[in-house]
Amino acid sequence: MTPRPTPAVVGELLRTLAPQVLGPLARRSARFEDAEDAVQEALLAATVQWPVEGLPDEPRAWLRTVAARRLADRLRSEAASRRREERDAARIPADAHLAPAPDGESDVATGVDDTLVLLLLCCHPTLSPSSQVALTLRAVGGLTTAEIARSFLVPEATMGQRISRAKGRIRASGARFALPVGAEVPTRWAAALHVLYLIFSEGSTATSGADLHRPDLTAEAIRLARLVRRLRPDDGEAAGLLALMLLVEARRAARIRADGRLVPLAEQDRALWDGDRIAEGVALLTHALPRATLGPYQLQAAIAAVHAEAPSAAATDWRQVVALYRLLDGLAPSPVVTLNRAVAVAMADGPEAGLALLAPLADDERLAGHHRLPAVRAHLREMAGDRAGAEADYRTAARLTTSLPEQRYLRERAAGLVPTTARCPVTRPGGSATVRFRVVTPGSRRSHPRP
Amino acid sequence: MKYLILVYSNPESWEHPMFGRDPGFLGLTEAERDDVVREAEALHAEIVASGELIEGVALADPVTARTARPDDGGGVIVTDGPYLETKEQLAGYFVVDCETPARAAEIAARFPDARLTAVEVRPIMTTGGEEM
Repeated sequence: MTPRPTPAVVGELLRTLAPQVLGPLARRSARFEDAEDAVQEALLAATVQWPVEGLPDEPRAWLRTVAARRLADRLRSEAASRRREERDAARIPADAHLAPAPDGESDVATGVDDTLVLLLLCCHPTLSPSSQVALTLRAVGGLTTAEIARSFLVPEATMGQRISRAKGRIRASGARFALPVGAEVPTRWAAALHVLYLIFSEGSTATSGADLHRPDLTAEAIRLARLVRRLRPDDGEAAGLLALMLLVEARRAARIRADGRLVPLAEQDRALWDGDRIAEGVALLTHALPRATLGPYQLQAAIAAVHAEAPSAAATDWRQVVALYRLLDGLAPSPVVTLNRAVAVAMADGPEAGLALLAPLADDERLAGHHRLPAVRAHLREMAGDRAGAEADYRTAARLTTSLPEQRYLRERAAGLVPTTARCPVTRPGGSATVRFRVVTPGSRRSHPRP
Repeated sequence: MKYLILVYSNPESWEHPMFGRDPGFLGLTEAERDDVVREAEALHAEIVASGELIEGVALADPVTARTARPDDGGGVIVTDGPYLETKEQLAGYFVVDCETPARAAEIAARFPDARLTAVEVRPIMTTGGEEM
């Protein structure tokens, strides 16, 4: 035993070890649901014991032994109750396959695969997105049910219900503990990356102000994205997703004022952006873009990188942002992408061009009742000098949003306090710091012949 | 996304579940009433099992309500009775956490009270916001 570690140190260690303990146990027992409960019990035992008694010499082996014992107990009591019910001498499952895995086993070859199998199982297509998120945080992220419940501001019982239902669905689907094969492989990976993205989004829209009792979901998402990136080094979208998270997270300190007010990108104090995170995100992207198949996460990360490297909103390479959004709209079309693209087009070519892109969205059912369309239109109308139209749109958006800080921001805009046109003059791109992310499109190839 | 589901009722007497005291319900045949009760129980079991139900609360008879409001002299006066002088009263509320607004509306529509009086769904505002 080593000196007593703090609960925070124990928590961090357990989150890293959790999938390494669960993977082999789930594989060897072929009982994912029970193995997952057993590992959760082992983690809880460690949470209580380690800060008091000190770390065991081999923390992972300790967890594996305790989890295997808990699983054996579970299966034994299940067999016993089955016997009672059926008055049948059902045999107690042989313990051989429940013995803890030899500790060296999972290190490189099998441990790597087990963690990825776990992630894909947690993101199984029969589960709803919120169940995928909850199960991934517990089984792969090593968070306790209570921690997950706190981070989503729901009671622990509710979160426990979601997790056990998700596991029931996986069992009912007959999914095996193995990597998927064949045609479903790309969609399964896309689903897994999407779940990490959802975890990140949930964390990045949370309020500012440190809440020590609420786990930091952005940090958790970044940790899991790093894990996937390490295990799948050739997956350009895994790199793109991690880069996107780092580049968005880099703006965190600048995004919300101390009083809870939202600061739009154009008005953020760029000195507050985290240069280390930006550098890491840019490096990941620079490595992935020329090698991997282009995908939506790489494109979104590239857009974030153009912003990250611009000295100001006005000096942003908006033509490059427009080109990237056009590609994104082609690759993964959605009304939200079109909304963002319209803002970039307005910055590059003037507000009328942006408003023209927005016009067809008024009939799009996917945006019906949503505040984002009127919010963006208000912004572009304000740029165009249509103050009455902008004010009406800001007020509509303020009524439709369900976020308190967004509502406050939109009402303040409506009150006409800060004319955007004064802050974000439409100019041609200034510096050339963003040349690295230039993506050659058919259009740009014609107008910019290769040197 | 979390939603508040408000169940309004117009009962003959205050006794939960409130729809059971509604004249519309009492006018049904026994078999029809059994169906309504079974559907209500199934809905409750479904949203518990799905992890969507966060809280469900039954309110006491409005006769026990007290209402605080401004008085004529610039202060506040507390009186006996509910704020709204209508026959329809808030009978209880549920907080659910759903994937979509459509799902929240679907749950509301399956409360028996939706067929008899009214069930209202209101999104609960969040304290986080998206970057604009």
